[in-house]
Amino acid sequence: MAASNATLRAFLHGLPGVDRVGADQRAAMLGTRSIKTTAKAGAIDLAIRMVDLTTLEGADTPGKVRAMCAKAVHPDPSDPSVPKVAAVCVYPDLVAQAVEALGNSGVKVASVATAFPSGRSSLEIKVADTELAVAAGADEIDMVIDRGAFLSGDYVKVFEEIAAIKAACGPAHLKVILETGELATYDNVRRASWLAMMAGGDFIKTSTGKVQPAATPSVTLIMLEAVRDFLATTGRKVGVKPAGGIRTTKDAIKMLVLVNETAGEGWLDPDWFRLGASTLLNDLLMQRQKLSTGRYAGSDYFTLD
Amino acid sequence: MSKTERDAAGAPAAKARKARTGKAQAAKEPVVEIPAEETPVAGGPVAAALVAESPLAQGPGVPAVREEADGPQGGRLAVRKTYKLYIGGAFPRSESGRSYVVTSSTGGFLANASKASRKDARDAVSAARKAFAGWSGATPYNRGQILYRIAEMLESRRAQFAAELAEAGTGRAGEAVDAAIDRLVWYAGWSDKIAAVAGSANPVAGPYFNISAPEPTGVVAVVAPDDPLLGLVSVVAPVIVTGNTCVVIASERAPLPSITLAEVLATSDLPGGVVNILTGSVKEVAPWLAAHMDVNAIDLTGVADEDVAVACEQAAAENLKRVLRPSAPDWSADPGTRRMTAFLETKTVWHPTGV
Repeated sequence: MAASNATLRAFLHGLPGVDRVGADQRAAMLGTRSIKTTAKAGAIDLAIRMVDLTTLEGADTPGKVRAMCAKAVHPDPSDPSVPKVAAVCVYPDLVAQAVEALGNSGVKVASVATAFPSGRSSLEIKVADTELAVAAGADEIDMVIDRGAFLSGDYVKVFEEIAAIKAACGPAHLKVILETGELATYDNVRRASWLAMMAGGDFIKTSTGKVQPAATPSVTLIMLEAVRDFLATTGRKVGVKPAGGIRTTKDAIKMLVLVNETAGEGWLDPDWFRLGASTLLNDLLMQRQKLSTGRYAGSDYFTLD
Repeated sequence: MSKTERDAAGAPAAKARKARTGKAQAAKEPVVEIPAEETPVAGGPVAAALVAESPLAQGPGVPAVREEADGPQGGRLAVRKTYKLYIGGAFPRSESGRSYVVTSSTGGFLANASKASRKDARDAVSAARKAFAGWSGATPYNRGQILYRIAEMLESRRAQFAAELAEAGTGRAGEAVDAAIDRLVWYAGWSDKIAAVAGSANPVAGPYFNISAPEPTGVVAVVAPDDPLLGLVSVVAPVIVTGNTCVVIASERAPLPSITLAEVLATSDLPGGVVNILTGSVKEVAPWLAAHMDVNAIDLTGVADEDVAVACEQAAAENLKRVLRPSAPDWSADPGTRRMTAFLETKTVWHPTGV
């Protein structure tokens, strides 16, 4: 199927179109579910375990990465019952510091690669970028697709690039960032999801966090439908990671409802669903403290990001 | 995750909707009135009913209902104000959808006021926290100008406030409004002078300058007293003039002037979120504010119930909030600086002297 652009195009454009209004309505409707008390406590802990704690700033320093790693292992130092987050996510040159800081805590190290966030570079550079991160000890690689090639219809180029990066990853998991904010239509989101999964991605991720809109509920819904249908068609299970713009516990719980109602309970696990975020973790911790103490928490009592 | 529950707020929201519909119907009553009853129709009441039911019976004896009601001789529909909360510079309804009936001093119906829930209090605290950096960072001169602007806006609505206070049962309402305006002007003047009174250059035995400067405490929760305008202004102005932001629970008995005051605040260049006004049950909402870890101080002036006040004081101890709990203040007396200094922190700086 991936032999030529024509066959790939025929397949991707043969996918059923997305009903934009219907998708938005369905996502909004699922967002109105009310999750309270014990169910909320369970959801908050699950969301904490799914967080990919992220810092992707030009001003990142080894010290900031170490501080973030300490927070990833003990999100709330005053409460040892808070679970660890799933992973930390950093730039390739800071992977070594993160690996050292995390030790054998069980928190994974993810690294963005392939000329993140724009993806505008040659394949050689992208592969070298990936190899650098893997060599430094990254467990997961977050790559960006070439949106320019995708939008101009050069699906084979995108496909081959993902396959090449997957090969360069070796044992590391590959997350493919679609950057849905630049794909313009929901149909394109569905096509890019299938393309990334067929090319070998272990996860599909909504956004880099550098482009607005990022992880909207509708886009996440469409990607969850894609992984569900992909499992039914090929028997291979792929994870989903919304990233960017998820800042509150309410947003995170809405995402969990979407997962449960779309892909099913099989995806309600940090191995299959992640939340890319930085400020979200503090809000989750504050809500958790509110549930356990019965009084509203204040941001003065949590670390600054 | 599969366990979902319906929000308990669903039912009260429906009730509130019903209450509003009821109000709308009450307002429409003059329209619904059937003139057929007043119009003499030959043949007695039975014939009149038949005439009214017949679509052809629009004779000169039976005037068209709509036209008369909408016309000038029928009087206008009453346009009644919906009293909502004031949070972050906007006027939202209570998140819970609840409202309660506010009556005049003689027991007559005045309006339905929003009944704030703990989530409204939480939203108000977030709004106050968000506004704190900008407001405390503004120059004292600027804050004074804005307080003076509030006084100007209040002055232009003097008649409206006097009428509302009279309805709420305040005797000599006009004088009370004047006193409230004067109090705002008085506090406005303090904005760039309080540092000179509450701060100092301290003599120390060493080669240092030692300077103490007052700084705002942060987000202050205020339970306003039952004096609906003068009391409210007297507790809010000293809190905000020094750079704090506040969440106010208005008088439970007479909340309407406080929401009208919110309209004044919203048009006075006061940044949204600096003052947030909730109406509803003090007993229900105040303990949540007292326990809130993002609130830095609480003023219990308007808490009448001894048990609630003690519970609030105890909850406030959790994060060492500053607590002000005066006994029966006289709002007509000279306020002094006590209410301002109660919500100030003192920062003391040691600085080496030059050569």
